[in-house]
Amino acid sequence: MTVSLSGQEIAKQIIEHLPDAIIETSNSTVLVKSESLFEVAQLLNSRPELDFNYLTSITAIDYYDYFEIVYQLISLNHNHSLVVKTRCYGRDNLTLPSVVSLWRGADFQEREIYDLMGITFDGHPNMKRIVLWDGFQGHPLRKDYL
Amino acid sequence: MEVKDKERTYIYPDIELDRAESEAIEALKAHCQEPIPDPDKWLDETLHRNILITSVDSILNWARRSSLWPVICFPACCAFEFIATSASRFDLSRFGMEILRASPRQGDLMITAGTLTWKMAPQVRRIYDQMAEPKWVIAMGACGISGGIFRSSYNVVPGYNRIIPVDVYVPGCPPRPEALLHGIRMLHNKIAKAHII
Repeated sequence: MTVSLSGQEIAKQIIEHLPDAIIETSNSTVLVKSESLFEVAQLLNSRPELDFNYLTSITAIDYYDYFEIVYQLISLNHNHSLVVKTRCYGRDNLTLPSVVSLWRGADFQEREIYDLMGITFDGHPNMKRIVLWDGFQGHPLRKDYL
Repeated sequence: MEVKDKERTYIYPDIELDRAESEAIEALKAHCQEPIPDPDKWLDETLHRNILITSVDSILNWARRSSLWPVICFPACCAFEFIATSASRFDLSRFGMEILRASPRQGDLMITAGTLTWKMAPQVRRIYDQMAEPKWVIAMGACGISGGIFRSSYNVVPGYNRIIPVDVYVPGCPPRPEALLHGIRMLHNKIAKAHII
């Protein structure tokens, strides 16, 4: 059984190193500021007792005021999991740091989020549309498309 | 797709391939705003002018309809009903159709089993163009006839008859194997009336 770690305990460990990163925590999720997303991800990836070396998925949700991007992480060695969320406010020119250098599985997932929701990821080596074709105008899975 | 230098650890296709694909899709989409009319005008003519079929025609038509080899064109879920039709309970082999050729050059019949997206549409058109005459198309399922419940989506072609001419429409979501066999029988009856000479 994979243990889903409590958000509060992980938040305590993150706050030791990065005091400003966490916005709020709940039972299984940690909400992170988008500026410090990459440092938090690096910490979760590299600390030996956390060791989240497998990114299951990245998804994005369109609430009207903000986009919420959800990272589902699993540690294969310790068999525990965590959900990390971050928010992007606004509708245009949204960027987030890319976590491709930490987890290669983020490659296609971030391209899909760019294609369908319009959030670009800085540092991604191939930021192109993946599901739709190159000249498609608009980002279809936004709530205000069509 | 080549690794140009040692630092480049990510291997991706070139941007020109994406551009070419995008142009092909946009061109097809602009070209296919109206559905292609169904090839059945000659059927009305046969009925009105009472043309009889010669015995040579009837033999050739029998040969053509008795072993239609389908071309694999299975985008989505109707494919499973097609597979069930060709399995042992509802046998397609009794119609001579157990050969599912992946190569369109060797196929006569394209049973379009699934929802078609604009991204896939140029490739389906290409496979249809590569089939040798005589060829027929059965549009299977609601998505094949008119786009189905996905008709208003940003990426769905509203029916296969936008890009290829369709002979028989089989409704259903998905059509039961008996319905697909009924559609194949209708196609057999249509082929039986054709004039070759």
